[in-house]
Amino acid sequence: MNPVNASLKSEISSDFDWEKIRADFPILKLKIDGKPLVFLDNAASSQMPQQVIDRLVRYQTTQHANINRAVHYLSEVATLEYHNARCKLQQFINAREDREVIFTSGTTDSINLVMHGYGRKFIKAGDEIILTTLEHHSNIVPWQMLANEKGAKIRVVPINDKGELEVDEYEKLFNERTKFVGLIHVSNALGTINPIKRMIDFAHQHGVPVLIDGAQAAPHMAIDVQALDCDFYTFSAHKLCGPTGVGILYGKATLLEAMQPFKGGGDMIASVTFEKTIYNTIPHKFEAGTPPIAAAIGFGAAVDYLTAIGIENIAAYESTLLDYATECLNAIPGVKIIGTAAEKTAVISFTIDGIHPHDIGTILNQDGIAVRTGHHCAQPVMQRFNVPATSRASFAFYNKKTEVDALVAGIKTVQKVFL
Amino acid sequence: MHTNSLYQEVILDHNRKPRNYGKLDCASHHAVGHNPLCGDRLDITLQLEADQINNIAFQGESCAICKASASMMTAAVKGKSRSDAETLIHEFRELAIGKLDINHPHHLGRLTVFSGIRDLPTRVKCAILPWHTLHAALNSIADASTEANNDPVQTVVPGNS
Repeated sequence: MNPVNASLKSEISSDFDWEKIRADFPILKLKIDGKPLVFLDNAASSQMPQQVIDRLVRYQTTQHANINRAVHYLSEVATLEYHNARCKLQQFINAREDREVIFTSGTTDSINLVMHGYGRKFIKAGDEIILTTLEHHSNIVPWQMLANEKGAKIRVVPINDKGELEVDEYEKLFNERTKFVGLIHVSNALGTINPIKRMIDFAHQHGVPVLIDGAQAAPHMAIDVQALDCDFYTFSAHKLCGPTGVGILYGKATLLEAMQPFKGGGDMIASVTFEKTIYNTIPHKFEAGTPPIAAAIGFGAAVDYLTAIGIENIAAYESTLLDYATECLNAIPGVKIIGTAAEKTAVISFTIDGIHPHDIGTILNQDGIAVRTGHHCAQPVMQRFNVPATSRASFAFYNKKTEVDALVAGIKTVQKVFL
Repeated sequence: MHTNSLYQEVILDHNRKPRNYGKLDCASHHAVGHNPLCGDRLDITLQLEADQINNIAFQGESCAICKASASMMTAAVKGKSRSDAETLIHEFRELAIGKLDINHPHHLGRLTVFSGIRDLPTRVKCAILPWHTLHAALNSIADASTEANNDPVQTVVPGNS
């Protein structure tokens, strides 16, 4: 835990009403097979508060039309609200300009956009792309596709036994052929928070642009793209209390302008003849077709919701949950936590001696406990720790300590079944 | 549903002490089954003589459901003809996906302890993988994958591993 979180912790836990915040999430009142839902799969997708649900309903019932097109009232309202959502996202990550925020269908789409828009234009045969062992498949596969197409090479930053990147090894990978870095901010499988500022600075000393996959970071810590000086930053709405089907790509305006479009279609053009098409300016150049308008507006509402609570408060509270859960799970014989980085978000990947993660997941589900089991779309991480899969409990600010207790009791039930 | 009804003693017992576990030295048929979604891997070797399964063995890394299913399967098909084994494969698959009416005559016997799996769609493939792999072995297909086709027991794509 970092010192900032430690100092905040005492203030937060005493005077912040997390039970009241929890009440904002109607789905958390569900019972599964008669047992209260204990939702610990937030790293896969988080739940939506009533405020965001209401915003979606308000949009659909009073504001919906297609944007950037007609002159009628609803089209103007929808266009304005969509633009407002972009501005909320701009502020959320402290981007310099709103046109640096592109709405995409999510993190995977954002990364693919950069691969096609930047990679296919600027990466050549013999060039090298640096990725890390911690990457989600979505920040591996697009670059492999590019490398195969161009004859470029992927170099991989190793991790240590705690699941931390070996930054010294990262720095050694740079040479005159290095042309791009793809870096996960927070590991979805282990929760490791990577020292991205230092790594971005190092890449920039070599003139290499850096894409940050922030899918697991943006919901849990303040993001300042200007302070980070990253070239691209991506995340999805549905992991931060918003709807599925929308995410953003932040990119520095100069880079976005230099890139080629990813998808062709309506809205991304300034003029079209059969001889020649002139592309629209950013962000529109990258938003072909009718975007997920409702979802983007819901995304804006989710950002408002989190900002009102305060991302720092969320980080501090989740850190107390992580400390408590780590302590409790470490105390159970036969349970091993995979990923013990000094800097972590509230994600605990674990194994239980002699019991397959899928059996663990199925039996926990019987007690209403939702965890993720499997390889978490991060097979290189599993290979590094020599396990086929893990169980993963991932926490959000609406979780509480009694739910950690429920997980502990559930794990003991699992162990009893397989005794 | 109550998961307890799935993790019954007979399944837990076969998971703890799998029958016919290992690899036959002089197998006439062999296949490797994969479930790429969870990393499960199953190796089946068998001796087929005059269309009868004289001996069969399995080994691999898998969850309890898959391992128990494989263990009970090997016990069930040992000594059976190829066509009897194919009938069991078909019936077990129908059972796992909830299409078999267990009140009608069938040949599954104690294998019906797996009937609860139909309520857990994400686990159906765990139970089916051994049967899928046996089918591949009997038909001399070296590799089987649960992700080869929507209808895994019916069709396999060699080499999808």
